[in-house]
Amino acid sequence: MIECKLNIQLEGFKLDAKFTIPDKGITVVFGPSGSGKTTLLRAIAGLEKSDTGFLKVGDSIWQSDHNFVPTHKRQIGYVFQDAALFDHLNVEGNLNYVIKRKTGLTKEFIDSIYTLLDIKPLINRSTVQLSGGEKQRVAIARALLTNPKILLLDEPLSALDIKRKKEILPYLDSLHNQLDIPILYVTHSQDETSRLADHLMLIEDGKIIGNGPINEILTRFDLPLSHSSDAISIFDARVMSRDTDFNLMHLEFKGGQFIVPDNKLPIESLVRIRVAARDVSITKKKQTDTSILNIFPAVVEEMVPEGDAQVMVRLTLKGVVLLACLTRKSAYSLKLDQGLSVFIQVKSVAILS
Amino acid sequence: MLNDLDISAIIVTIKLASLSTAILILIGTPLAWWLSQTRIKFKVIIEAFIALPLILPPTVLGFYLLLTLGPNGPIGEFLESLGGSSIAFTFSGLVVGSVIYSLPFVVQPLQNSFSSVGRQSMEVAATLGASKIDCFFTVAVPLARSGFITAAVLGFAHTIGEFGVVLMIGGNIPGETGVLSIAIYDHVETMEYGKAHWLSAGLLIMSFLMLIFVYVFNRHFSIMRYKD
Repeated sequence: MIECKLNIQLEGFKLDAKFTIPDKGITVVFGPSGSGKTTLLRAIAGLEKSDTGFLKVGDSIWQSDHNFVPTHKRQIGYVFQDAALFDHLNVEGNLNYVIKRKTGLTKEFIDSIYTLLDIKPLINRSTVQLSGGEKQRVAIARALLTNPKILLLDEPLSALDIKRKKEILPYLDSLHNQLDIPILYVTHSQDETSRLADHLMLIEDGKIIGNGPINEILTRFDLPLSHSSDAISIFDARVMSRDTDFNLMHLEFKGGQFIVPDNKLPIESLVRIRVAARDVSITKKKQTDTSILNIFPAVVEEMVPEGDAQVMVRLTLKGVVLLACLTRKSAYSLKLDQGLSVFIQVKSVAILS
Repeated sequence: MLNDLDISAIIVTIKLASLSTAILILIGTPLAWWLSQTRIKFKVIIEAFIALPLILPPTVLGFYLLLTLGPNGPIGEFLESLGGSSIAFTFSGLVVGSVIYSLPFVVQPLQNSFSSVGRQSMEVAATLGASKIDCFFTVAVPLARSGFITAAVLGFAHTIGEFGVVLMIGGNIPGETGVLSIAIYDHVETMEYGKAHWLSAGLLIMSFLMLIFVYVFNRHFSIMRYKD
């Protein structure tokens, strides 16, 4: 577990970061620009100093009241927004910079990182010959070579165009699946968040306003994400079977089974599903003469008005929480209320991985 | 062509410029680094003080150095109290004068290139496990190498060219404080224009070559460090 209680006072800005996050998986730090996301990462890395506070990552205490461990003695991997490779060294020199300074790195460990990020073809290149995506791969590999207790990624895709983003996202997926260390990932991109986050930490004006498992944070009505016009729910599913007649596949999740167009994912693979609140409609009786394939029984948990004409409804289906955005008129004519059993129809589903 | 005095002047000058440049890099590097990093309020005063030799008439600088280093000056008295002797009119005195006179030519290019190295590269190195001093030698210095070349060449060339300061505190003692610029002046005084030409043209060509070297080197590195 990572325990953080830090106050950073900068010119005209104050960060008040008090939170704990689990020591596995990706925690996305999400918030608008200027909200203090980067400052938070810098504070964890020891690049911003807070006079008092507490920071514990795994079993290492990096700051307690009077004891401040300087950056170079913290076992962190930090990936800067623009990769920040050393231009006076080539790719190998950049990676060796770490290898020379860390004792006890085995060849297997180094090779595993090179394989993870496919570094071998780049190793003799000069840093100026690399594309933006390749630079980030080298930067991530360099950060991982420190054998970090936590990996900090500061908007690693923000400087890249869409093509390069697509190029590097699979590498981030494999970090996600193969690393045992916690990853703190700063971004203001909803796409990256929904694809990568296991946990979500919302930050606004230097304050942590929400922190928890991603779907919980997406669907809580006391937090802003559930109120935006592109509110979503995210959950995990597994490819169960395929229907070759109609070219569909069946995805099993805790609340039932989704039927979606087959995208050739192997059976048993784990996928992440995104459902937009505006793609979910509610009926009182189960419709049978409908084109919609994905219909599930659910219970209304809570509803709030959204603007003048709409309501946002939070529903549970066997423990899975999901948002539906309806017109106020529909909610009125259906007499929706807390605890009511209904059917939800999901018009479309996005598969994220 | 060149007489013995000229040869000794060339030797003294090269010795003086080399030693001064070495001392200047040693003093100028930490000073320039500190200036590039610090945010203290009276930084401009220190910068102005270092830049003073750029605009001060060398004779003014030489005059005050003479007063300070001479037997009755504070440093001269201090040295004599230690059993030594005043360093005015000695080679050591010339070195001290040259270092002060050429300081801005070394500190300013170093400070500029240290500033352009930027905070981030140093922070990256720290996250990779490098201590501050390690960061300095493995990141700041290599990234600022064009600044070092510029500083060394300017410091060297400027020391060779000084006249007013060496005249005031050197006294033109052959083999000890007699340098090239004064030798040229002496030749002109005695109407030996031919000899003055040999030395002058030599200096002119050498200065030109050194500057070409600086420009080529820096262009080479600005290409190497091209960022897309």
